[in-house]
Amino acid sequence: MLEIRDLHYAWPGSGGECLAIERLDIAAGRAVFLHGPSGCGKSTLLGLMAGVLVAQRGQVSLLGQDWAALRGGARDARRAEHVGVIFQQFNLLPYVSVLDNVLLPCRFSAARARRCASGPVVAAQALLQRVALPPPLWPRRADALSVGQQQRVAAARALIGRPGLVIADEPTSALDAALRDDFMALLLEECRSGGSTLVFVSHDERLAARFDERLSLPALNRAAALS
Amino acid sequence: MTALLQIAARSAWNRRGTLALVVLSIALATALLLGLERLRNDIRGSFTQSVSGTDLIVGARTGPVQLMLYAVFRVGGATNNISMDGVRAVAAHRAVAWTVPIALGDSHRGHPVLGTTAGYFEHFAYGDRQPLVLAQGRAFSGTLDGLYEAVLGAEVAQQLGYRLGQRITLTHGLRAGGGDAAGELAAEHADKPFTVVGMLARTGTPVDRTVHVSLQAIEAIHLDWAGGAPLPGVSIGAEHARKFSLEPRQVTAALVGLKNRVAVFNVQRFVAEYEAEPLLAVLPGVALDELWAAVGLGERALLAMSGLVALVSLASLVAVVLAGLNERRRELAVLRAVGAGPRHVLALLAAEGALVTLSGAVLGAAAAAGAVLAAGPWVQQRFGITLQATAPTAEQWALFGAVLLAGMLASLVPGWRAYRLSLADGLTPRT
Repeated sequence: MLEIRDLHYAWPGSGGECLAIERLDIAAGRAVFLHGPSGCGKSTLLGLMAGVLVAQRGQVSLLGQDWAALRGGARDARRAEHVGVIFQQFNLLPYVSVLDNVLLPCRFSAARARRCASGPVVAAQALLQRVALPPPLWPRRADALSVGQQQRVAAARALIGRPGLVIADEPTSALDAALRDDFMALLLEECRSGGSTLVFVSHDERLAARFDERLSLPALNRAAALS
Repeated sequence: MTALLQIAARSAWNRRGTLALVVLSIALATALLLGLERLRNDIRGSFTQSVSGTDLIVGARTGPVQLMLYAVFRVGGATNNISMDGVRAVAAHRAVAWTVPIALGDSHRGHPVLGTTAGYFEHFAYGDRQPLVLAQGRAFSGTLDGLYEAVLGAEVAQQLGYRLGQRITLTHGLRAGGGDAAGELAAEHADKPFTVVGMLARTGTPVDRTVHVSLQAIEAIHLDWAGGAPLPGVSIGAEHARKFSLEPRQVTAALVGLKNRVAVFNVQRFVAEYEAEPLLAVLPGVALDELWAAVGLGERALLAMSGLVALVSLASLVAVVLAGLNERRRELAVLRAVGAGPRHVLALLAAEGALVTLSGAVLGAAAAAGAVLAAGPWVQQRFGITLQATAPTAEQWALFGAVLLAGMLASLVPGWRAYRLSLADGLTPRT
């Protein structure tokens, strides 16, 4: 699913390298826990995996396609089709309804809309039901929801149209313990049932037990080791 | 792309408060620009059409502009009069249809008095060949019985609050301002009062500020005068004056109409080569254009000023969108995550700016048109300028287009900034 070979990345203007990873393979359908302290380059690695950032050297391939080999527009289209992203918070367009937020990826990718067997709207409604958001909430503005509800909307959005890769960047850090456990269970279950590979980033190692695989970024990243 | 436009519209609606202010400021600037352009056009129109239907103006030999200034605008004085013999010679030219002699030099409470013939009301025209219209009463009769009759321009009547039948006296010489307040005691033709018999409708030309009497009346009030002062010991009463010969020997200038405009340069040369006295004939249209070129500088400055206002409001558009950009970086990151490219982000912000500019410009154009419609009658009443509520002129279209274009170019600035930000931010805005 995801292959990284001899990756080197430096933020423009920052001088030193931020990431240097020799080799990393993530198999399809796996749930991977990626941890490391703040500032070790976790978010940068996620950006590279999603094709938002492009490596200066080396390869980051999703489904056998190197991101760097694609032109900008094709990269965006491929991301729309194959990747779902959940941020730490502020995942939603505040001025758009809950349902429309979930539908966003289908608006940018026809392929993803087609993968929703009974149509994007029905798929979105089903997903919202599964993340325990009842119909009265659907037409409301996204910023009218609580933080926990918003994160569940974000999960539904990342999962709609069954993308190959779901990337979650500390999605539980704004939630309290009870909400966090519910959210984790939900996310893992939905990724498994949809067949999506999950890369979950957190500095909170207590969450690692639920995952198939556990990776430490500082251990992988030779740039961090050098500096 | 339609998805993106919908998002742009919703995002803009979400920030409608701030954006409405920007729309308002662009609307004001556009209205100012278009309104001023309309005003400029129509002022120039009523200025350069202060006289129409008159093919030549004949006066003593000075500069063409000076002749126009005193013969049409009653500004300044003539250095020399012309003889009636000269006027008659011009009238006798086979291409000339009519001549209307005019005599200036007296005033009534600051308003110039024009001595002329009844033909003035028949032949004088302004604007698009509009004749003079009497709002009340009639023209002076031009006979001995009606010797002391006056016809007032609209502004004279309004400003002084005169009615038909009002008795007025004329003052020798022209005095600036209201007249009565001047320190110097001007010589009054108090012994020969006039009766107001007519009032003209407003024209927006110097006619509005003029008191019209017959040439004979001008002669009559000066019978017992010499060199600008009453002759000592001589007094000729108003009634007694009718017994004298009141045929004028000299006038200030003459308006000339031709049978056929083609002959205008012929007649002009004939006047210039008239041997008995030095005369000058000018084409009013040409001279008025020359004069406008001299006095019309201010209007260009006004237009430049409103151009600057437009620039400032576009700058405020850029500033507002730029200032809001930092708060929208998360919104942009969300869009990036679901598959929007940096180009989409640029398009999003440029579309927003274009939308804001477009609504501002359209609103402004509508406001300008509305203001012209609403204030038109009042401006016509008050200033005599006819604002034309017609389709936009080519210049107005050009200004409208310039505002739109500038607005769209200006919105590329925040768009470009957002493009750079979303490239640099990746998935996580570092705010």
